[in-house]
Amino acid sequence: MQALVIAAHGSHLNPDASDPTYAHADTVRETGAFDEVREAFWKEEPHFREVIRTLESDEVFVVPLFISEGYFTEQVIPRELRLEDWDPEKWESDGTDASQVTLEATDVGKTIHYCGPVGTHDAMTDVIVQRAESITEDPEVGEGFGLAVVGHGTERNENSAKAVEYHTERIREQDRFDEVKALFMDEEPEVDDVTDFFETDDIVVVPLFIADGYHTQEDIPEDVGLTEDYRLGWNVPAEVEGHRIWYAGAVGTEGLMADVILERAADAGADLGDAIERVRAATAVGTDEVRRETEPGTGAGD
Amino acid sequence: MTVAESADLEPLLAAAAEEGEVAFDGLRLERADDEYALETSETDRTGLDEAALRDALEPLEAYVSNWRYWQHEIGGDGTARRAFLRWCERAPIADAERIDHRSLDEPTLDVPERYDALADGIDREWGQLCITTRFVDVERPNGERVYDLWHVDDAGSDLADLEVYDDPRDARALATEDEDGRYRPLKTAPTLRSGWAFTGLSGRGLVDAVEFFYPATVANWHRELRDELDVDHWLETAERQSGIYDVIDELPREAVDWMAEACCVDSQCLRRREWQYEEGDELDVDGGDGPFPCREPCSLVVAAARKWTILESEEERTYELELTTTELNQLSALIDAVAEGRTDEIREADVHDGANRYRARYLRAKRFDDEGGIEATEQNSE
Ligand code: SF4
Repeated sequence: MQALVIAAHGSHLNPDASDPTYAHADTVRETGAFDEVREAFWKEEPHFREVIRTLESDEVFVVPLFISEGYFTEQVIPRELRLEDWDPEKWESDGTDASQVTLEATDVGKTIHYCGPVGTHDAMTDVIVQRAESITEDPEVGEGFGLAVVGHGTERNENSAKAVEYHTERIREQDRFDEVKALFMDEEPEVDDVTDFFETDDIVVVPLFIADGYHTQEDIPEDVGLTEDYRLGWNVPAEVEGHRIWYAGAVGTEGLMADVILERAADAGADLGDAIERVRAATAVGTDEVRRETEPGTGAGD
Repeated sequence: MTVAESADLEPLLAAAAEEGEVAFDGLRLERADDEYALETSETDRTGLDEAALRDALEPLEAYVSNWRYWQHEIGGDGTARRAFLRWCERAPIADAERIDHRSLDEPTLDVPERYDALADGIDREWGQLCITTRFVDVERPNGERVYDLWHVDDAGSDLADLEVYDDPRDARALATEDEDGRYRPLKTAPTLRSGWAFTGLSGRGLVDAVEFFYPATVANWHRELRDELDVDHWLETAERQSGIYDVIDELPREAVDWMAEACCVDSQCLRRREWQYEEGDELDVDGGDGPFPCREPCSLVVAAARKWTILESEEERTYELELTTTELNQLSALIDAVAEGRTDEIREADVHDGANRYRARYLRAKRFDDEGGIEATEQNSE
């Protein structure tokens, strides 16, 4: 038997923080690829601390639903899961390369395949692009469009910027969008000045965050100038200084994220059958199953 | 339904042939040299050939279908899921017999007793959940059980008055907000809203739903039943923290008691707190009465502890402020009303209650300064 645990942050204050985790877990459940699928959280229940013992499977794949390697993936999750032999060195990563390491959870005696975070997997690049497709409702979007991938910046974790730059570079190499830029909330180049960085009339802004919350629903829309006050909402697209800004909300809410979770588990040796293909088909833009947090033309904040 | 019709007999005979003996829930069937020995609390037969065995099993259909339900349908020997489902119908639980556990206060039932009771449904309470185990087919029971789940407050309600669900995942949404639409970050807070029911769940579906309502409670209960609960006391948990929670191991010993009283008593959390200050140093506060244990401080308590650690590191000072006796009493009434979550219940015109909103506004208008703080002068401590 094999189980999947999706390890996410969650919130004591805001129920929306766990929505993407539940949504992607359900997508994976529906593939039937795992005997058990469990959500686990730092701030909600089941807590990281208790989740493994709720499983009957002996092989457990743990995929952190986090954007970057850093404090949570290197310290908190392995410690709380009681992965005694864990050492960040075992990932042999310089910030974006973590794949997986196999360990024992000492309180339950199960084999844990501890995977790198979803945010740094190559498949995440496709999710960012798909976010652009779903927000513009155009599966071909690219020509005449600029794409801004937005990260938090260096606060506490330099790897978070690395992840943003990594995907930006990969999308740039695809030659699909006229321009692709990495922008940040807390460091240069700043998302406040988004229109300065693009020549194209249309700019898709995709925040590389797992869940919608304060940053993606309040800070960024106001900083970018989509709205005076996030409570009033904003249009998609919104006119800002002669550009049309297509603002997407957190990329982590995109249905295709479930694919990245599966890819992480597959890289760690999970037996998935055709689950990956099925999830890709089910979450592609234009199919009914796609989950969209923000419908074009409506303000996400209203 | 007769044994011959029930299709349960062939697997039982096959199991006896393969293993030489089947012993389960009061049924013992032994096979040696094509002869069977059969034993239950009412039966003791030996030297039966197959035809005689079939006849002998005829009145024992319950034992046969019970065996099939547990061994073939539920399976999962030694798992928490199986133990929980056994508990739901008051069947004996493997490995748990030696332990005097509060969830086992009702005597277990043997197979004939259980079959009688399952026709009406057997009820169990798990926190604010009520679980009924019953036969799918009451007229002709074939051993197949299903499980219904609802809020204990709805025990007397008509199903037609409740929202009925059958997908265990719907429990997630039901557990998210309380009756007033407030988010419930602590799933075991006694604020689960009522008005819903799950009906006809399978065994696995029931356990999934219970786990969505009260995560990890089944697993930790099962560990406790086997005397294997690994408790992490306050100090261990506090010392393990990093980042901004690194400081909480400095929370004074007595403050940990106040914290447990604030957060962990039954009125706030249905988990029974088993963690103490440290091994051999018990907290004064009662841990609660629930069937499922709390094995270490939860993330909510850890987050709040940070606040209290900072508060406790401050020096105490003496202030002088002017209040009438009634106003002083009113401060106690205000704090008590907030602490008990009673503010919503205080009626608009109930000016006898110190926590009445008009009275609170009057106190603020009279005694507070322009910054919204209470007017007080710090006394020199020399
Ligand atoms: S630490 Fe206290 S509040 Fe938290 S789950 Fe345990 S008993 Fe409940």
